[in-house]
Formats: sequence, structure tokens, C-alpha cells
Amino acid sequence: MFESLSLITLQEYWWMIVSLLGAILVFLMFVQGGQTLLFQLGKTEAEKKVLVNSLGRKWEFTFTTLVTFGGAFFASFPLFYSTSFGGAYWVWIAILFCFIIQAVSYEFRSKPHNFLGQRTYEIFLFINGALGTILIGAAVSTFFTGSQFSISKEQLANLGNPVISQWQGPAHGLEAVLNWHNVALGLAVFFLARILGTLYFMNTVDVRMILERAKKQLLVNAVPFLVFFLAYVIALILSRGFAVDPVNGIVSMEDFKYLHNLFALPLVLILFLTGVVLVLWGIIIPLWKSGKSASKGIWFAGTGTILTVFSLFLLAGFNNTAYYPSTYDLQSSLTIMNSSSSHYTLTAMSYVSLLVPFVLAYIWYAWRSINKKKIDFEEMDTEEHTY
Amino acid sequence: MILNIDPGIVDWSRAQFALTAIYHWLFVPLTLGLSFLVAIMETIYVKTGDPEWKRITKFWMTLFGINFAIGIATGIILEFEFGTNWSNYSWFVGDIFGAPLAIEGIMAFFLESTFIAVMFFGWNKVSKKFHLASSWLTAIGANISALWILVANSWMQYPVGMKFNPETARNEMQNFWNVLFSPVAVHKFLHTISAGYVTAAIFILGISAWFLLKKRETGMARKSILVAAIFGLITSIFLAITGDGSAYTIAQTQPMKLAAMEGLYKGQKANGLVLFGIPQLGKKVGDGKNNFAFKVEIPGLLSILGYHNMDAYVPGVEDILNGGYKPEFQNITPVEKETTLPVSEKIERGKLAITAFGYFKKAKKAGDEVSAAKADSTLKANFAYFGYGYLKSPGEAVPNVALTFYSFRTMVIFGFYFILLFIIVLYFHSKNQLQDKRWLQYVMLWTIPLVYLAGQAGWVVAEIGRQPWVIQDLLPTRAAVSMIETTSVQITFWLFAVLFTALLIAELMIMTRQIKLGPKDGGTK
Repeated sequence: MFESLSLITLQEYWWMIVSLLGAILVFLMFVQGGQTLLFQLGKTEAEKKVLVNSLGRKWEFTFTTLVTFGGAFFASFPLFYSTSFGGAYWVWIAILFCFIIQAVSYEFRSKPHNFLGQRTYEIFLFINGALGTILIGAAVSTFFTGSQFSISKEQLANLGNPVISQWQGPAHGLEAVLNWHNVALGLAVFFLARILGTLYFMNTVDVRMILERAKKQLLVNAVPFLVFFLAYVIALILSRGFAVDPVNGIVSMEDFKYLHNLFALPLVLILFLTGVVLVLWGIIIPLWKSGKSASKGIWFAGTGTILTVFSLFLLAGFNNTAYYPSTYDLQSSLTIMNSSSSHYTLTAMSYVSLLVPFVLAYIWYAWRSINKKKIDFEEMDTEEHTY
Repeated sequence: MILNIDPGIVDWSRAQFALTAIYHWLFVPLTLGLSFLVAIMETIYVKTGDPEWKRITKFWMTLFGINFAIGIATGIILEFEFGTNWSNYSWFVGDIFGAPLAIEGIMAFFLESTFIAVMFFGWNKVSKKFHLASSWLTAIGANISALWILVANSWMQYPVGMKFNPETARNEMQNFWNVLFSPVAVHKFLHTISAGYVTAAIFILGISAWFLLKKRETGMARKSILVAAIFGLITSIFLAITGDGSAYTIAQTQPMKLAAMEGLYKGQKANGLVLFGIPQLGKKVGDGKNNFAFKVEIPGLLSILGYHNMDAYVPGVEDILNGGYKPEFQNITPVEKETTLPVSEKIERGKLAITAFGYFKKAKKAGDEVSAAKADSTLKANFAYFGYGYLKSPGEAVPNVALTFYSFRTMVIFGFYFILLFIIVLYFHSKNQLQDKRWLQYVMLWTIPLVYLAGQAGWVVAEIGRQPWVIQDLLPTRAAVSMIETTSVQITFWLFAVLFTALLIAELMIMTRQIKLGPKDGGTK
């Protein structure tokens, strides 16, 4: 089935899968956003416990998606993995640190004799939620703003130094946070994660005081999110982009490249606009409505997040665009054509991708079976396993 | 201007990866085995309806959960370190190596992370059978995860099913099934997961022995010991069998590693196996000194185990360096059928291959197809030695012999000790005398650190024994690293060391406390 597809079709298929995984990851970062709200929404230990346990049943899911996103990127576009991870060393290491400290915090937080104390694990969760989202946002923004690196595959013939990719600059990725575009997307992701976290709590928690505070937080975070997101999007569509000549692969700068991409890919434009509207609708519903319908915001905002982020990734990689551009050496820029795995590997991986609907189905079934009822104080008192 | 690679970056990158892998392997084996043991105990509960088995299951499940979280934390670092610290490797073989990692995510991680939540939070929310199925699916997910990462590791030790493409400057997959079902992968997977099963069995034995020593929860302890000892005996025998299979594949694919495992410098026909020995301190290749200060050897056994032939010739370190012997195996190492080449010659051929690759790229750029074809032909003829071209001297092809030798013996001796322990425990259990044998209870308890030591030793054999190769014969560590400052990796090494150590201390304190608290819901029924 997949064998007969051309290499470029497989490359596009895998760019879509990676983009979808990235989009789902951003949606699932409601866990991270929720973690940054623990102290604001939970004023008592009992309230905090409800919040932590509400997030604690989902955190592994976000974590797994991050790992799968990394694995899928490695398998389908190994030159990105090699260039970005090996070059922007410090930014990726910082992100990894944020996720190591998260992985143990839920399980260890409330256990007796936990060495570092409950407060430390809660601070770990906050750091993961704040720094993790900002850095991931900033790192993804470099897909549009570019990084300083060079690649020379001929270097493999240099016996003294066969490393093919070189990062130019001593900060090894941390320089990304000196670019306001990158910071703006980082902050937009941070505030979006907090919005999603708030909406998630509204959907899963049944504690009146928490819900009242959540409503306030929704508005408080919606404003900066919109400011940073709109600033980023406007700057993006007005910016020069990294265009690739489909015939000879030469990369050059093109005015309004991403705006051109939006018009050249009308389906992406529709997805993007639909996504933005759904996010806004998800925010507005709980502010406007009350009762059961107020708790549905997460589904609209979540779907909207997936569509928006998915379309942003497609803008970065489709329509002859370099998705990981080099501002140091334009011709070193990565495209889905020059950085992908071989036809054989992409084909083999495509068969594995057929498992994804099955995976989604069992996740849906399993989660429905243990999340029929909203979490409240009573459950925290009766549940044997809590965080 | 591009500077030469600082040797320090290679050493620190290796140290960082080793540190992460060592910590990771402190948690993973228990996850692999305890997940199945918990599922078995829950099955007994569902079958018998005895609430005591539910209590026992929940107690071990609590310990499983504490251990699982920290295994995830170290695991994510390993995956991304391939990129952060081994960027050249990530491109050179990413076309093959990335696929198992992605499949691991899709097939295993989601299975684990979804059903572990049902395991912990679903007791009062889903049916008994669904809960039991979730426990089994968590265990299966954990073990599928091990399958894919071990397939990837095995491929590094025995690269098959691929072809170098000079156009893209990387190896490309040609046959997925050869990668998945290579004999090295099959043996490594079975051997490693059995090591995890034995680790978990001994963990349960040791903790249960502590309860017997304290005369608490004796009913739970005896039941747990019975399940763990049966499971442990079966899997430890399987561990020995798959270990033998692994050694057999090493003899065929990594003769230098086998020589290091045996401390063998000069080989011979009908080679003996060193049962105990002390390698000579300061022994160097070609210095004419004895390999061992002392040794006890079983004649002919190494030839039998390594080659399944009493008279087989087993090459030593110096034989492999000097070449000139006829390899016993013709089926799996087809490159040198008649006579092996000296490593110095391999280095020359490797340099030829690398230089030809450079000419190929230049000719292609210049549009000179004739020169490109000629260079490609030289590259193909010498590609089997590509990685040797990066070595500076033949001595670099020799791993740390003493460390590999001692680690191998540590692993094997403890492996047989575990079999013996399981037999003894089952014997006294059948005689209903376990509670009276305090010496045995102490032995069980203090075997816990030994099983971890054995597991770590096994990985030292696998990874130190294959040095200097990241990809056997094709890519040495020095050509695989990322081009970053040594100080950056030094800083992150110490950051990881401090963080992992703090988390390990936290884990041990929490687990110890949970064990002291014992199972919930009062005493034994």
C-alpha cells in the first residue's frame, strides 16, 4: 500500500503525523498549565489535592506524547534530530530537566519520607509547567525564525572531525530566547496551557470554590494569551520566510512567505481559522454560560489548539518551505525533502502508523471507564490511591 | 574553521550516557518483572476471590508505582541524548535506529501509560476482569517497550539489513525484518527481560524475607515468596539459556568482545574457559606477559560454549589485532572468509573507504559521474571497515579487558547463585520451614543488592566490551559525538548526577517507608 507512494508523498505524510503529534502535545500541555495554577486555584491542602489528582491521571499521557513526538521526529526526519538536539544543546537539556522533575513529582509528592518535601515537588510541577511550556514554544518558534547552524555531509570524510552539523554560537540554543518572536510564542504557549488547564479543571473537578477561582483565572490568562498570540501571528505573516526551490533545492528568502503559504494552502488556512475560533469559543463559553455547558470549554479550546498548532506546523514545512531554517547558512536549512528518512523506512513506519487509530480507541475507552464522575473531596477521602 | 574533536568531549559524552543508562537500569528491570508478578498475583485473586491476594497485589503494586515513575524520568533522557550528545550518530544511522524508538512510543508507551492509570485508579471503577486485563496490558506494554529499545541496541552491536548511501552520507534500511529478528536482537531481548524478571523475583523474595525476620505479615510474605520463587526459578533458568545464546552470537559477531570477556590475549583450539582468575595488572597487548596472575580453567569449555565445537579456535585480543587466522563462522561474518585481516590493515582500508566517500561527494558536486562511480566502487569494496578509518592506532580497537572480564564473571556467578537460591527457597517453603530459617531470610534480603549488581555488570559487558564502537566496525564513539564544548557536557553530567542521585535517595526513602508501613487493611487474614 505505502510502497507505491512517492518519496515526497511519504515525506508529506510523515510531516503531517509529526505535526499532529506536536499539536496533540500542545493540547495535552493543559497538564503543565494546570500545574502552574495549583497555588492560585488551591488555597487549602484539600483543594490542592483535588487539583493534583485531577492532573495526575493525565500527566503520563502528555509525557508519552512528548516521547513519541521525539521518536517519530527521529525516525522520519533524523537530520532535524541530529542538527537541532546536538546543536541547540542547552535549550533541549533545559526542557528535559523540566520533564525529569515532573515525572517523579506526582508519585512522590504526598508519600511519607519523600526526602525533598511536598513543597519541593509542587515547585517542580510549577517549574515544569512554566519553563517547560515557554521553552517548547520558543524552540518551535525557531521553525519560523531560524537558527545559526551549518551542515556539511562531506565533513564525514574529515578524519579529525567528522561531525556533519555545527552550531554557530556558544549559547547552543539559549540564544532563541533573545529573539522577541520566540519569546512571544513561548509566552503564548504558556498562557494557552494555563487556559487549557483552567478549562480542564472546570471539566473534571467538582469543588465550587475551585471553579469560581478558575473562572477568574480564565479571563486573567486569556488577555495575555491573545496579546502574545496575535503579535506572533501578525509578525509571522508579515515576515520574510525561507522558500525552497522545488527543482534545485536552493533556499532563499521570500517576502510574506508564510502569508503566501496560507493562500497557497487554503485547507490549512481554514484549519487555522477554525482552530482560532474554537479556542476563543472554548474560552468564552464558561465566561458566558453556567452549569454543565460551562464545563465543555476544554473540548472546543482543545480541538481548536490541535487545529491551530497543526496548521502552524504545516505552514512551516509545506509549500516548498524550509521548516528548520539556518540563518547562518541558508543552504544548510532543513526541508522535509532533505532531512527525511529513506523511502523504505518511511514506508515501514507508515504501516506502524496504522496502529494509531487503534491506540486512540483504547485510550478513549480506558479513560472513559475511570473518569465517569467528577473529582471531589469525597473521592479524595475514599480513593485508596491518591497523589 | 572547523577544529578537530576534543577527546574530552567523547569521554564526557560517554560518561553522561553511561550515567543515565546506569540509573535507568536501576529502575527498569524491576518494572519489567514486577509488572508481570503483580499481574500474576491479581490473577490468583480474580480466580480464587480471596481478598488476601487483592491486598498482596496492592502492596506490590504500590512499590511498582514508586519505581515506575523514576524509570520514566531517566528513560526520556536516554532517548533524547542520542540527539543531544550523539548527533553524528543520529544522522549516520538514524534511518534505521529512529524507527524502533518511534514504534516503541506508538506500540508500548501508550499501552503502558493508559492502562497503568486503570491499574491504580480503577479498583473501584471498573470490573474485576477489566482491571486484571489492564494489569496484564501494562506488563505487556513495558515488555514491548524493552523489545524495541533492545532491537535498536542490538542493531548497534550487529548492524544488518542496511546499506550505506554515499549520496545522503548515511546508512539506510533495506530490510526491517532483518533488523527486528537478527539473532543478536532475539537473544539480547530474551536475556534482558529475563534479567528483569529475576530482579523482580529477588526483590519480592528479599522484602518478604524482611517481613519474616520482623515476624510481620508472615502470611503475605510466604505467599509472595512462593509466587516469586517459582517465577524466579523458571526465569533464571531461561536467563542462563539465553545468556548462553548471547555468548554464542557474540562469538560470531563481536570476537573482540568475547576475548575481553575471557581476558584472552592468545587464542587456541579447544580453548578453556576461565572459571576464576585475576587478570595481570598492567598487561598490555604484545608485551609477552601472562594474561593472568592466577586462574582456574575448564579445558575446552570456551570453544564449546562460544562455537559449539570442542576443537574450535577461539581468537584472543592479539590474534584479532594481528589477523591471519581463519574464522570459524562463515555464515554470519562473510567479509573475511579465509583469513582475517590485521587491524592495521583494516584501518588502512577504512581510510580508503572514507577518502573514497570524500572523492565521491566532490565528484558529484562537480558533475563528474565517472570519478564518482570509481570512488563509489572503492567505497563499496572497503565499506565493511569504514569505522576503522577513524581509529588512530590498532590499540584503540581493544576494549577495557579487565573491566569486561570481571563484569562478565560477576554477572554469570550471581546468575547461577540466583538459580540455587530459588531452589533452596522453594525446598524450605515446601517443607514449611521458611519462617524458622533466619539465615535464609537474611540471605534473601541481602541478595537484593546483588541482583542489581549483576544486572549492571551485564550492561558493562555489553557496552564496555564493544568499545570503541557505537556501530560495530562502522562508527567509533569519537566519530559519533555532537560538536559541543566539553565544559557544557561536564556541567550537564554533574547536573544529571546530582538530580538522579537526589531522586534515587527519595525513591529509596519512600519505598523503605512504604515497606515498613506494609500492606493496608490490617494484618493477615
